[in-house]
Amino acid sequence: MANTAHGHAAEPAGDTRRDFLLHSTVAVGAVGAAMMVWPLIHSMNPAADTLSLSTTEFNLSGLAEGQRITIVWRGKPVFVAHRTAKEIEEARAVRVAELRDPQTDDVRVKKGKEQFLVIEGTCTHLGCIPMGVKTTEPHGDFGGWFCPCHGSHYDTSGRIRKGPAPLNLHVPPYQFISDSTVRIG
Amino acid sequence: MNTEKSTIRKIYEWHEARLPIVSWLDHSLGTKYPVPRNLNYWWNFGSLAMFMLAVMIFSGIFLAMNYTPHVTMAFDSVERIMRDVNYGWLIRYMHANGASFFFIVVYIHILRGMYYGSYKAPREVLWWIGLLIYLAMMATGFLGYVLPWGQMSFWGATVITNLFSAIPLVGDSIVTLLWGGFSVDNPTLNRFFSLHYLLPFVIVGLVFLHIWALHVPGANNPLGIDAAPADKIPFFPYYVAKDVFGLAVFVVIYFAVVFWAPNLLGDPVNYVKANPLVTPAHIVPEWYYLPFYTILKAIPNKLLGVIAMFGSILIMFALPWLDTSRVRSASFRPVFRVFFWIFVANALMLGWCGAQLPEGLPVILGRIGAFWYFFHLVILLPMLGWLETPKPLPTSISQSVLKAAE
Ligand code: HEM
Ligand code: FES
Repeated sequence: MANTAHGHAAEPAGDTRRDFLLHSTVAVGAVGAAMMVWPLIHSMNPAADTLSLSTTEFNLSGLAEGQRITIVWRGKPVFVAHRTAKEIEEARAVRVAELRDPQTDDVRVKKGKEQFLVIEGTCTHLGCIPMGVKTTEPHGDFGGWFCPCHGSHYDTSGRIRKGPAPLNLHVPPYQFISDSTVRIG
Repeated sequence: MNTEKSTIRKIYEWHEARLPIVSWLDHSLGTKYPVPRNLNYWWNFGSLAMFMLAVMIFSGIFLAMNYTPHVTMAFDSVERIMRDVNYGWLIRYMHANGASFFFIVVYIHILRGMYYGSYKAPREVLWWIGLLIYLAMMATGFLGYVLPWGQMSFWGATVITNLFSAIPLVGDSIVTLLWGGFSVDNPTLNRFFSLHYLLPFVIVGLVFLHIWALHVPGANNPLGIDAAPADKIPFFPYYVAKDVFGLAVFVVIYFAVVFWAPNLLGDPVNYVKANPLVTPAHIVPEWYYLPFYTILKAIPNKLLGVIAMFGSILIMFALPWLDTSRVRSASFRPVFRVFFWIFVANALMLGWCGAQLPEGLPVILGRIGAFWYFFHLVILLPMLGWLETPKPLPTSISQSVLKAAE
C-alpha cells in the first residue's frame, strides 16, 4: 500500500509502521467489540431464577388402569399414563429398527413399573400439546397421542410413528420416591 | 433584485445554505425527480406502503402508552385499551387491521415488480432491499401478534420459535435463547415487545435505502423500456397528485374495515387468554403468512419443511438471475404473462390450504402448490427466457403512444 496521499510513497508496501499501528488498532477494537457482544447475547438466555428448576411430585395410586392425566412441570405439561396390558404389549411388539427414532419401550419406562408412562406433553415437531389424554380426544393411528397442529401420531410408548415430528415424546428425568409416588425433575 | 426578497425568503435561503433540506426533498420526491410519464395505478402502492408504515408507527406508539408487556397483565391491558381508554378501540383496530392492509399493499407492490420485471438490471439491489423490508415486516407482524397474549399469540409464538429447533446441533440452544426460558413465557413477551418497537424503525432506515436505490436508475414503467429524458415528468406535482388520489380511495377502504368489520381478518381464538396447557384445536397464523405455512406443512419432515419454507422467500433474492429474459415488462412476453397469473393463482391457493386442517385434499393441493411455486421460479423462468419469443419493443414511450393512436 504505497500511501502517496500521506507522503509515504517511498516506503515499502504493506509493512510500514503506520500500517502496523492501523492494523493492530483495528484488531484490538474488533476483539473488544466482539467481547461486548457475548454479554448482550447471553443476557437473553434463561436467567438464574428461571434456571432454578422446580420439581413436581405426583401420587399414582389414584390413576386407574387405562387412565391418562396431565400434570404441570416447569410450566409445561407432562403426560402420565397408566397403561393397559394391551397397550404395553402393542408398545413392545413394534419392530424397533423401523422406528424413526428407534427406542425400545423398556428404556422409556422404569423397570418393574412398566405400566406407568411418564412423558413430556410437548410435540417434538413445533411444540404443540398432543391430544389423547382424555378418552374423548383423538389418539392417532397408533392408540397413543395425536398432535393436531400438523398431524403427528405417537404410539402407546409416546414414540413418533407418523407425521412431521422427528423425535419421540421426551421422557423427563423422574424417579419413584415411594411405591406410588413419582418425583419429576 | 436582492432588495425585493421577502424576509421569509431570506430566512429560507439562510437556512438552506446551512442545511439544504428543502432542495434535498425536491430532488427526492419533488420537481427535480423525473419519473416516466406512463406509470399506471399499480405504481401507487409504493407510496401507499410508506403511508401504512407511518400509520403503524403512530398507532403503535399510542398503543404502547397503555400496553403492559407482562404475562399476567398483557391480555387485560389490551382489553382495557378496547373498553376504557378513550378511542383505544380505534387506535387498536387501526393497528391490527393496519398490519393486514400494509401486507395487502406490499404484496401488490411486489407482484407489480414481478409483472413488469422491475427486479431486473439495473434494479437488483433495489429489489433486494425491498425483500429485506418484507422480511422485517414479517418479523414485526409476528412479534406484534404475540403481544395481546391470546391463545393464538401464545401458540403461534411457540410454533414459530420452534422452527429454529430444526437446525441441527444448535437448534435447541437457539430456541432457549429466543425464549429466555424453557417455554414461551414472560421473558419472551418482554423481548418481543422490545423488538416489536425496534423493527419498524429499522424498516424506516431500509425505506431510505430503497428510495435511494430507486433514484439511481429511476423508476421502471409499464413498458419496461428505459425512459428517455423527454418521456419523463416531474414527480411533483404530477405523481404527488396521483398518489394522493390513490391514497384517498385506499383510506376509504381501510377505514371501512376498521369501522364496520374490524375483526374480519382476525382469529376469534385470540380473544381467549393464553393458556400454556391447552393448544387450540387448530392453529392458524395471520392470513399474510398462510402460503408459507402451507409450504411448511406440505413436507412431512421437520428440517426439510423448515428449509422449504424459508427457502421460498429467500429464493426471491435470486429472481433477477432466475429470470433469463432481457425483456422486463410482461406486456411483451405472452407466455410469461400466462404463467405469471398462474403463479398468482397458485399463491392464493397455497394461502387457502394454509388455513385448513392438515388432512385430506388441502394436504394434496398444498403439495402440488408448493411444488409449482418452486417449479415456476427455478425451472420455468430460466427456460422461458430462452424459449419464448417476446413481442417487438417500442423504441420509446412516446412512440408506443403515437403508434396506438394511429
Ligand atoms: C411495521 C410496522 C408494524 C406492524 C406490521 C405491526 C403489527 C402488529 C400486529 C399484527 C399486532 C397485533 C394486533 C392485535 O391483533 O391485537 C401489533 C400489536 C401491537 N403493536 Fe405493532 N406493528 C407495527 C409497528 C408498531 C410500532 C412502531 C409500535 C410502537 C411501539 C407498535 C406497538 C404495538 C403494541 C403496543 C401492540 C399490542 C397491542 C395490541 O395487540 O393491539 N407496533 N402490532
Ligand atoms: S407441532 Fe405437533 S405436529 Fe407440528
